[in-house]
Amino acid sequence: MNIVACVKRVPTTEAVVKVADGGTSLDESGLSYMISFYDELALEEAVRTKEAHGGEVTVLTLGPSEGTKEIRECLAKGGDRAELLADSNWLSRDCRASAKALAAKLSDLGADVAFMGRVATDRDNAAVGPMVATYLGWACVTDVVSLELAEDKGTARRETETGIETIEFSLPAIITCNKGLNEPRYSNLKGIMAAKKKPLEESPAELVDNQANVIALTPPSPRPEGRILGTGPDAVPVLIEALRNEAKVL
Amino acid sequence: MKPILVFVELTAGAPRRASLEALGAARATGAETIAIFAGEGSNSTSCNGAQKAIALSGDDSSSDALASALAEAVKSNDCSGFMAAASSAGRDLAPRVAAHLDAVLFSDCIGITAADDQLNARRPWLAGKVIADLASNASVFCATTRLNVFTSSEETGPDVCETAAISAEPKARVVSVEAKASAQLDVQEAPVVISGGRGMGEPEQFSLLEGLAAAFGNATVGASRAVVDAGWRPHAEQVGQTGKTVSPQLYFAVGISGAIQHLAGMRTSGVIVAINKDAEAPIFKVADYGIVGDALEILPVLTEAIQEIKAEA
Repeated sequence: MNIVACVKRVPTTEAVVKVADGGTSLDESGLSYMISFYDELALEEAVRTKEAHGGEVTVLTLGPSEGTKEIRECLAKGGDRAELLADSNWLSRDCRASAKALAAKLSDLGADVAFMGRVATDRDNAAVGPMVATYLGWACVTDVVSLELAEDKGTARRETETGIETIEFSLPAIITCNKGLNEPRYSNLKGIMAAKKKPLEESPAELVDNQANVIALTPPSPRPEGRILGTGPDAVPVLIEALRNEAKVL
Repeated sequence: MKPILVFVELTAGAPRRASLEALGAARATGAETIAIFAGEGSNSTSCNGAQKAIALSGDDSSSDALASALAEAVKSNDCSGFMAAASSAGRDLAPRVAAHLDAVLFSDCIGITAADDQLNARRPWLAGKVIADLASNASVFCATTRLNVFTSSEETGPDVCETAAISAEPKARVVSVEAKASAQLDVQEAPVVISGGRGMGEPEQFSLLEGLAAAFGNATVGASRAVVDAGWRPHAEQVGQTGKTVSPQLYFAVGISGAIQHLAGMRTSGVIVAINKDAEAPIFKVADYGIVGDALEILPVLTEAIQEIKAEA
């Protein structure tokens, strides 16, 4: 099977984020990066799919040329080769332009199945997977928590607010991965050594202009100063009084 | 201004509250709105804020086929935009509709405004660590609206309803649905969220939070990343950057210290109450009201007090 894991380099979840001077971009100084949490699940599912069905796993990313450290980590965890679509302006790329660049590459690669995280933890759009599938005319199942693949079709379970949907789909397909689908493995020394020799090809991303323009980025407004009402169960009546008569939510 | 098409999800034939909020958000821009839903014979008058309704006939079990029909309706009705709630269904459909229209999508918006015939979106980045104001230069504006943020319109919906068909060949379709065992609301939808963390001591003690949620009636239980990673609670309940971002009217953080990734997921809540043993815990910095102490002692007293209030009402 020709398997692709799409991963994105994002600021770490622990990062304290600041807006740069000018107010329309993030201050990159002091930011450290990681592969987006859900993309780790996508990589793991890609590797498991190879282990079950054979084939090759290509790690595909759209991002900066300097993002190779995170890609090597993906190769250490079982990716066979990597493609970096270089985009020096990756932090401000919109979901449509990203989707078009990834769709073009997935088509070139002739993928049977591509895994992505259900959402990237920087922009929180949850848009690129279904957008790519729509541009390619492929099937797409989002928020997947379990998956079975056959030669030209598959069955996935998707988590919604109200329960679980079972979905049958044809290949090629995009699967967006939700927590519960698998437990990502850690890399070991052997994998890390092997990853150094695996091919990592960089090419310029085929980019269209952004449609989304940033007018302003602002820190969230600070919450009004709160107060400690007391200690232990004795403070409960004070809390009830405050929720009722001050906050008026009871 | 051209009309905005709003996808309306139905539960037992009636619009979901989240969809009425999306209709309200679209209407509040000053545009006319068209409500579109899957299922003929549904009651279009309950689509508050819509001037026109379209019922889609045909098999609605495929997101890709449904999205094609929605994109067709945007075109055939010469709409300026497409909107849906940022629910499971909305977040699955809207990117597909946007791609059919070759337009960018703004997901999970907390503000949508119109200026000079152009719609602008306000939405959180990095789970709310930064708020972005964005404009699109596409000919069609596509957005989903965060649950619990917008209010539905006072105007009742139209009494006439046109029809259109879902006709594209499906590539994926739902073959069965298992409802959640409990009727518990999703954390993104519930007006009151009661989240627990490590300070609950052990997984069994979450029954105290469930008891408090039951006393409220309109509440649901959430969880910190620590207790989800420990296997105490399902991921669907996780609030934070690698879980769900919530904006309930009232949020309880019980035994949660307040890691930055949790704070990002709940700081837009209306009123925040924190209960924690550690008076120095960061959660108290964002809480409106705090009680220092053992949650296991405080919760039964609090639950009883809420039960009394609800019994009076």
